Amino acid sequence: MLILTCPYCGVNAEETELHPGGEAHLARIGPNGTDEDFESYLFARKNAKGVHFERWRHAYGCGKWFLAARCTATLQVFGTYRAQTPHPPADIVDAIRKARPDWTPDWTPAEGIAE
Amino acid sequence: MSHVAFRRDLPQAALRVGAVAAMVQATRSLRGTMPDTPRARRYSVFAIAREALRQHKGWTRAWASPEPKSRYKVIVVGAGGHGLATAYYLGKNFGITDVAVIEKGWLGGGNTGRNTTIIRSNYLQDPSAALYEKARSLYEGLSQDLNYNIMFSPRGLIMLAQTEHEIRGYKRTVYANNLQGVQTEWLDPQQLKAKVPIINLDGPRYPVLGGLYQARGGTARHDAVAWGYARACSDMGMHIIQNCEVTGVETEAGQVRAVNTSKGRIGCDKLAIVVAGHSSQLAAMAGFRLPIESVALQALVSEPIKPCMDVVVMANTVHGYMSQSDKGEMVIGGGTDGFNNFTQRGSWQHVEETVRALIETFPMISRLKMLRQWGGIVDMTGDRSPILSSTPVGGIFVNCGWGTGGFKAIPGSGWAMAELVAKGTPGPLAADFGLNRFREGRFIDESVAAGVAH
Repeated sequence: MLILTCPYCGVNAEETELHPGGEAHLARIGPNGTDEDFESYLFARKNAKGVHFERWRHAYGCGKWFLAARCTATLQVFGTYRAQTPHPPADIVDAIRKARPDWTPDWTPAEGIAE
Repeated sequence: MSHVAFRRDLPQAALRVGAVAAMVQATRSLRGTMPDTPRARRYSVFAIAREALRQHKGWTRAWASPEPKSRYKVIVVGAGGHGLATAYYLGKNFGITDVAVIEKGWLGGGNTGRNTTIIRSNYLQDPSAALYEKARSLYEGLSQDLNYNIMFSPRGLIMLAQTEHEIRGYKRTVYANNLQGVQTEWLDPQQLKAKVPIINLDGPRYPVLGGLYQARGGTARHDAVAWGYARACSDMGMHIIQNCEVTGVETEAGQVRAVNTSKGRIGCDKLAIVVAGHSSQLAAMAGFRLPIESVALQALVSEPIKPCMDVVVMANTVHGYMSQSDKGEMVIGGGTDGFNNFTQRGSWQHVEETVRALIETFPMISRLKMLRQWGGIVDMTGDRSPILSSTPVGGIFVNCGWGTGGFKAIPGSGWAMAELVAKGTPGPLAADFGLNRFREGRFIDESVAAGVAH
């Protein structure tokens, strides 16, 4: 059973306490977006087999949205972090690199520092 | 009860024995006692009788296992039901037999061998009903068409209405189906009880208020569908190459040139990607993204018991569906997990949720032991409808997004995909299922229409 630690209230919540919310760090498209932008934002997904960043809500706990870094091929959890960040924070990146030396972020490191 | 499906005629029974004989033969071949040659004989009652007289030593392999050529006209990636059906109808309907079907694992070892074998076409939206009804009608004659008994058993299928909303929804589906030419009807609770005596109509949480009934829905032997198509493809001279993983897609000026595989580079004019849960990975190799997320869907079977239910019952409000296999096992499916997953095993609480719901509706199963539980990786689209489409890369076509309900669609999917691959443009069956529907907001919204399980 999947267990994630809520970064807000610190509870080790198992998955029936949580609500999944799909891929994280999607750039929201506004009124000036093209059809292609909206298609990409609303529907196209990385659907990675391996390191995956995703949204979760601590639905039957504190109720807040948070983000998790997880491996979809092994179900290993690398860590959870607050949702107010455009990219995963450095400690999450380090935890992933430790477990997956071959993995490289698909964003530029300068963008990655959010907190 | 459930075996009545096979009473239709003697050749059907003979074919069934033929399929068993082929399995015995396939096992022997793996031990190296049989020559590695494609089959040369029709399965029939006479073949059975002849072989019975010589200790069944004359059976040959059902399909060949050749080494790949350097180039094919069409490469189909994925030797599951949909991939093999695509290849089969390419040959049968369009005369294209320079085809390789390549598979990273073994034939039919993905979702084709992991589903609950339900066949139905009671969809609400017109494009869906047309596609699934094409598939269901092809299933009716598939054993004869392939000369391989797929054990199609049109035993009838009921979708239970357990809320007032479902009553309205399913009655609407009956009206829609009647206009679409799909034979379905509404059953009131007493009619339903007569068809399913083991059902408990007054469930404490969700009483059974009626049902949507499709008399020609049912089940089929899932492995046999893959095996039958494989045998027919091999017989047309197509190459089925197992244990051959695609590691890259080679393109030049926006046009597909070849695939790189664990057995080397294989050139192609056209590439059909029919890989269900791994569609996004193949698309990424070719340089585009798909509106797909892969999640785990589970099923389980009980110990075998005496015949007790000769229809398929689906309960969409409580996430459970059940039928009885020919061996007597109760075959049970439930809902998907909510998060991305490629491990082919799902969350325990979904098993609990499914079984808890079904025990309310079928109290007699409460003391059954469960024999096996397994998972498959299903490719979910935003509108829960499949994708049959050309792609941003010339010569590459995708057939994916069947989500939790692909098995029922195999023949129709292959039929429509073959036309798309052969002509380069979709025919009437596939036309509405293109990738461009997501950009245009032209959804075929079965997620709302079908409730959940579909």
